Amino acid sequence: MLFRQFGALAAAGAITAALAVPAAAQTYFRGSDGDPETLDQHKTSTVVEANLLRDLYEGLVVYDSKAQIIPGVAESWEVSEDGLVYTFTLRQDAKWSNGDPVTAGDFVYSLKRIQNPETAAKYASILYPIKNAEAINSGEAEVDTLGVKAVDDYTLEITLEQPTPYFVELLQHQTALPVHPASVEEHGTDFVQPENMVSNGAYTLESFVPNDKIVLVKNDAFREADQVQIARVEVLPFEDRATCVRRFEANEVHSCSDLPGEQIERLKETLGDKVHIAPYLGVYYYGINTKKEHLSDPNVRQALSMVIDREFLADEIFSGTMVPAYSWVPPGIGNYTEDAPQFEYADMSMLDREDEALRLMEEAGYGPDNPLKIEISYNTSENHKNAATAIADMWATLGVETTFNVRDASAHYAMLRDEKVHDVARAGWIGDYSDPQNFLFLNESHNTGFNYGNYENPEYDALMDKAAAETDLAARAEILAEAEAVFLRDVPQIPLLYYSSRSLVSDKLQGWEDNIQNAHATRWMSIVE
Amino acid sequence: MLSYALKRLLGAVPTLFFIITAAFFLMRVAPGGPFDQERTLEPSVMANLNATFGLDEPLHVQYWMYLKNLAQGDMGPSFVYRDFKVHELLGSGLPVSIQLGLSALVLAFVVGAMLGCIAALRQNSWVDYLVISVATFGITVPNFVVAPVLALIFAIWLNLLPAGGWENWSLQHMLLPVVTLALPQVAVIARLIRGAMIEALRSDHVRTARAYGLPTRRIVVYHALRAASLPAVTYLGPAAAALLTGSIVVEQIFGIPGIGRYFVQGALNRDYTLVMGTVIIVAVFVVLFNLLVDLAYAALDPRVRYD
Amino acid sequence: MTDQTALSLDQEAPARPSRSLWATAFMRLKRNALAMISLAVLVLYVIAGIIGPEVTNHHYAEVYPEFVKVPASLEGYPRADEIPDLAESALARARLDLGQITVDGDTIRVEASSSREIDPRVTRYLDRSDLFSNSRIAETSADGTSVVMESDVERLHFYFGTDANGRDLLARTLISVRVSLMIGALATGVALIIGVLYGATAGFIGGRVDNLMMRIVDVLYSLPFIFFVILLVVFFGRNVVLMFIAVGAVEWLDMARIVRGQTLSLKNREFVQAAEALGVRSSGILKRHIIPNTLGPVIIYMTLLIPKVILLESFLSFLGLGVQEPLTSLGVLISEGAKNMRGDAYMLFFPAATLTLLLFALNFLGDGLRDALDPKDR
Repeated sequence: MLFRQFGALAAAGAITAALAVPAAAQTYFRGSDGDPETLDQHKTSTVVEANLLRDLYEGLVVYDSKAQIIPGVAESWEVSEDGLVYTFTLRQDAKWSNGDPVTAGDFVYSLKRIQNPETAAKYASILYPIKNAEAINSGEAEVDTLGVKAVDDYTLEITLEQPTPYFVELLQHQTALPVHPASVEEHGTDFVQPENMVSNGAYTLESFVPNDKIVLVKNDAFREADQVQIARVEVLPFEDRATCVRRFEANEVHSCSDLPGEQIERLKETLGDKVHIAPYLGVYYYGINTKKEHLSDPNVRQALSMVIDREFLADEIFSGTMVPAYSWVPPGIGNYTEDAPQFEYADMSMLDREDEALRLMEEAGYGPDNPLKIEISYNTSENHKNAATAIADMWATLGVETTFNVRDASAHYAMLRDEKVHDVARAGWIGDYSDPQNFLFLNESHNTGFNYGNYENPEYDALMDKAAAETDLAARAEILAEAEAVFLRDVPQIPLLYYSSRSLVSDKLQGWEDNIQNAHATRWMSIVE
Repeated sequence: MLSYALKRLLGAVPTLFFIITAAFFLMRVAPGGPFDQERTLEPSVMANLNATFGLDEPLHVQYWMYLKNLAQGDMGPSFVYRDFKVHELLGSGLPVSIQLGLSALVLAFVVGAMLGCIAALRQNSWVDYLVISVATFGITVPNFVVAPVLALIFAIWLNLLPAGGWENWSLQHMLLPVVTLALPQVAVIARLIRGAMIEALRSDHVRTARAYGLPTRRIVVYHALRAASLPAVTYLGPAAAALLTGSIVVEQIFGIPGIGRYFVQGALNRDYTLVMGTVIIVAVFVVLFNLLVDLAYAALDPRVRYD
Repeated sequence: MTDQTALSLDQEAPARPSRSLWATAFMRLKRNALAMISLAVLVLYVIAGIIGPEVTNHHYAEVYPEFVKVPASLEGYPRADEIPDLAESALARARLDLGQITVDGDTIRVEASSSREIDPRVTRYLDRSDLFSNSRIAETSADGTSVVMESDVERLHFYFGTDANGRDLLARTLISVRVSLMIGALATGVALIIGVLYGATAGFIGGRVDNLMMRIVDVLYSLPFIFFVILLVVFFGRNVVLMFIAVGAVEWLDMARIVRGQTLSLKNREFVQAAEALGVRSSGILKRHIIPNTLGPVIIYMTLLIPKVILLESFLSFLGLGVQEPLTSLGVLISEGAKNMRGDAYMLFFPAATLTLLLFALNFLGDGLRDALDPKDR
């Protein structure tokens, strides 16, 4: 009885599946790293949200399929001579999904909303270059004093606090996307619900079931709707990377946005070029607490850095999905010099490095009789665990005695921010925009949130300030490179690896271009059977 | 019986209160907060967030506010999933979890009872040993091993079933997770039924029935099974709790939108309200379920009376 | 419950209640082959857990960078045909032009030349690898630009293969047996102490105190305890001792109920009443008469509780909340293995087989004990 019923239902299921095939041809099943925390562009902070919002909304500028900035709602813009005033000319044909035109006023409304303290935007700080933004967000100035102005419906003027060469790059970030003011006024925080959301991108939100899927459908009001080929996107959240891989192998998803490290080797063998591994704007590092007495000597830190075999970490621990890092700023970044500084031992052999490190340690008074004791803190993860184990083994050649302290992510980062009781702590940084400042500012002494090395060097801070005031891009790049050289000399944080983005992409999905921002808007893609 | 049930339900109120209080303060003792993540936030931003969610108030004020809102049926907004209220998240996940859990429980019971009976009827034969060994195997292999193996075989190699995902009451999507979830319970239930059945078969009334020459099947189904299912019914409570734990794993591996992973994710993210909501839902569920089990017990065993 | 009341019928001589009980039980147990095999297996596990990690050929924390994720094999690593490649890669950073590499039994000869004079330290590239030892320069040409190096080749045996860091899985499995058994035993111990004391007290005092105490147990029953365990572990770090306590604190409730039921029926027995009449104090009666007599069902329950605890620990490991490095547990190894199942099945197989066998033994021993202590059966 039981089994008969099973059979009947399974057959019914098979029929439904068969019927679903033609529809599926135009649906892009997109594996994502998890659920978005929010679809409110002013509250977002995660990569998952960036990917969704990129499909739902169009900003003043957007990334093309290669993550190059191209005009979006703005068709052109001008920068004043002093680099402080940006004037954007908006397209007349940009429309919201309900047919309203997208106007300069919408952007003014949106940029004010994100800085309004009542919005409690997690990522308001990324737009602090706009005049008065920081003061408003801290509650020290009125919202209306923000440096944005709608000259007319199609002309937007943004005034900055100080020259910011990467400002246009910032505007492609999801926090700079417009909201539809009337919807926000009407529905309040519920404007993000599928039944309320009015968006101006290539897609609109059809449904959102937490933990299950988010469905986007093509927005016919979008100005380039005729060029958008995929009619429907189902975004599936995968907390567990292996689950996405299984569903990919079972042909149930077209792409996965991350891969489990343990399976990379096997996937490369079995799936070949469906495995995409591309350079990514991020660095994986160990912050060394320079305020701890035994780690305050730069030579000791240098020795610790020197003796780490980054090739081993990249190849064996991360199965070739990370790149050995000998500098802080990842290669391929914009607005930087050709010959960016790196550790001088980058090209030395491991043996020479070991000898040199041993010498430095001996000089500092450490040896077999007086071993250096270090605790590595990391947040729970298989990869972090394996990397820490390997590094402890490498440090053992210096006689360093290593212990571990594992916390979950929340406790780990709270410790790094507040108590800073770590010796050495694992962390990572993915750039928000392609500019070295976005990496180097992590080590400024007043940046207590990120300065996991507790680094305090007036020379470094002065260089960073000098770079901020410099409007000539080439001269600025030189100053930033100088700052990085100072950093690499002192190594308050040890860069270990540069991130790579790793994805699975089906043959059926066309138009996926690997790029350093790992940005892949659905509007550039199509599905073939 | 009704007044007994009411009394039990009333008695659950202090229990719930205790649970809520314990969970609330336990959450807050934990290091880190809902806004501590890989990207540290600017102090000004953090201050805005804390003010928005009332985290800048003293703890006892927050506790009192929470209780007050809860009394009005409001579990508050999720701290991490900011577009949702906790009751919305749980509301969308709970039906799925119940579907999954109940199906697994039924399957475990049916299969477990069948296996248990077979083993008992052939006590100490090779059939008995085989059944019990297979059943024991079900307990000894962790479900996070069983789940991917099943998905590998049935979804990737044989391509018969989906590797994950969920559609309401779609048997295809339910089969693998339900089997994974039921497997360890099958084992326990089979063993319980076997033991009780052996005893029941020796009892006087079954012997009498045998003496009258009734067919074995009839004796097993009508006389012995009723008595033998008592310990298994008692086990329902712990089984439900075990399913809850199991569902955390199964939901994660098969990508099922239930509430199981809200707890783990919520705890890791310090999503205070979401964890509280999950704890409350589960506690209510356990209380109700235990009551049902006791009532079922009374119905099955004429010697038990609740007044 | 029925088992326990039945058990108490088995008391014969009130003065020495436990001895005869145990003697009979053990006789019964000896007749049960499966249970005896399980007992033997269990003893083996305990021995393996205690001395295993000390006698294996590799330490459980030793990293072999050349042998990351090598499959299980009875043959030594490196395989003979791999040696030249390994020597080459060991020397790759020396930037020499490598000539012929010959393997002769357990020694290797490497010819190398360079445009510059070769630093004699170069042999350390070979020594640095775990495979080669005692590397030396056998010949040097007159101008010093070409050398012949000789080195002894070490053969390493990884019978269970190695993990993602290149650590011996056999050694790690053995240490994990130790840790898992310890967790099982300690958590069960905590549950035992709390449960027995609580249950015996409630049952012995009886009346309103009993009612109240059992009421508390009922309240605790409805707590979603697994959640509390997760919370505790998340909050207070991966402290192994804390984990035992947390798990023990979850599992004592059943124990308390069993012991209470047992105590209630014992309380009215002649030998207890006799002791009372003789003026023995309550605590004395509890210690001398009640608790020893509840041990039968408690032991059965323990053999079932240990596997439960071990599985609970493996569940926590799956969530990434397991034991801290460099220690490991069966749960941690299995959850690592499950992730590597597709490419490196041996990483799952050995720990999983180890756990399965252990749990089988515990389960069958539990069954055997139940049968042995239950006079109605057989």
